[in-house]
Amino acid sequence: MATPHFTVHQPATLEEALDLLGRHRASVKLLAGGTDLIMKLRAGATSADHLVSLNRVGGLNRINYQDEDGLVLGAGARISDVAAHPEVRKHYPALAHACSVMATTQIRNMGTVAGNLANAAPSADTAAPLLAYRGSVVLVERGGRRQVKLEEFFKGPGLTVLEPMEILEAIRVPVPPNRAGSCYLRLSARSQVDIAAVGVAGFLALDLDGCMMGVRLALASVAPTPVRCPEAEALLEGQRPDPQLLARAAVACVRAARPIDDVRATANYRRAMVQVLAGRVLQKSLAMAQGGAQ
Amino acid sequence: MAKQTIEITVNGDRYEVAIDPWRSLAEVLREDLRLTGTKIGCNQGDCGACTVLINGRSVSSCLTLAVEAHQREVTTIEGLAKTPQELHPIQEAFVEKGAVQCGFCTGGMIMSAKHLLDKNPQPTELEIRQGLSGNLCRCTGYNKIVEAIGDAARRLNPAKEGQ
Repeated sequence: MATPHFTVHQPATLEEALDLLGRHRASVKLLAGGTDLIMKLRAGATSADHLVSLNRVGGLNRINYQDEDGLVLGAGARISDVAAHPEVRKHYPALAHACSVMATTQIRNMGTVAGNLANAAPSADTAAPLLAYRGSVVLVERGGRRQVKLEEFFKGPGLTVLEPMEILEAIRVPVPPNRAGSCYLRLSARSQVDIAAVGVAGFLALDLDGCMMGVRLALASVAPTPVRCPEAEALLEGQRPDPQLLARAAVACVRAARPIDDVRATANYRRAMVQVLAGRVLQKSLAMAQGGAQ
Repeated sequence: MAKQTIEITVNGDRYEVAIDPWRSLAEVLREDLRLTGTKIGCNQGDCGACTVLINGRSVSSCLTLAVEAHQREVTTIEGLAKTPQELHPIQEAFVEKGAVQCGFCTGGMIMSAKHLLDKNPQPTELEIRQGLSGNLCRCTGYNKIVEAIGDAARRLNPAKEGQ
């Protein structure tokens, strides 16, 4: 494997980073944690003459939670810092959990949540919980900014709606309602270090009558992109929770999956596990919502 | 392509080196600074033998570009003890508990243990095992490493002993 040669630019501001992207547009990549990019460059899976590092851009590491605006994760927010952040753990426990079980300590200290999304692996561990929490991404280019719902962000394995001259600047997640519960469960053959073979995230809240509202279910590693489960969500929305209904919704989740056979699991196993994990995710989310505090 | 000049502080010593920007921190530590206690095993961020601390956080130095360590503080296994004549309490515990066999993973294991104990001075056995999830050892079967880190935690926090 030939060593790739490239120049590394280390801008201090987002404006400078955007200028560098434009100037070197013929062959440029953004570098954040580098845990995926450096590997791909060395393997020849991608190439670039110029890397624009986001690691010295001021303010990009921010993790902010406010009761009005919800959560903002800057593009430089490290996975380990998101996992440990008290407000993330309190209001978005499924995201905190995903960030604490994926990869290894060293990779979590290096990698960013934004990079996990922009890399657009079908198995991205943070994607399913962020879909369940109605997350969006803020994309910036020299002309301005746009906000894209996460469910519209992924286009295929490794593909997103990001334009070549755009930077994923931040992730925004709305404030969850009171009496909400959420959960992320993943399976992999070799515990956490390996990529997930199946991941399921869920979110639900209870209204004053105890009916479920705002239900969201999302799957990872079982389709070309992380996906929502609209059929299962519609089954549950506005309904009183009961075990049979939750079980039917778990079956409906399987219909949102389009899994393949690969080295990590067979498609049939993945379908079977989507149902099992979705059932558990719904039960745990419901128990959390009924318990009052998250 | 032009070399880039970086300033890094490694184990308290300041270095200025001109390097090719595509080289990893692990390579520069070993080849330019001759700090060969940091090992390159898999060279893809799985095995943990290259673990060092940058500004106190454990990272895989094989996946970190050396230029990204510009003006940062790096700690390697060579810099863990107060002086070259001494061992750090984690190193002492590894020796005394027999947590070292071939030794190739040891530097990385100890740097991960250092990161863990800095964040969590009283880890449970499970937390120790999770803290080592990014470090592979093919000799010891891990048990003695886990014991050594538990022992190191007690050495570093003698006041808590007996709790």
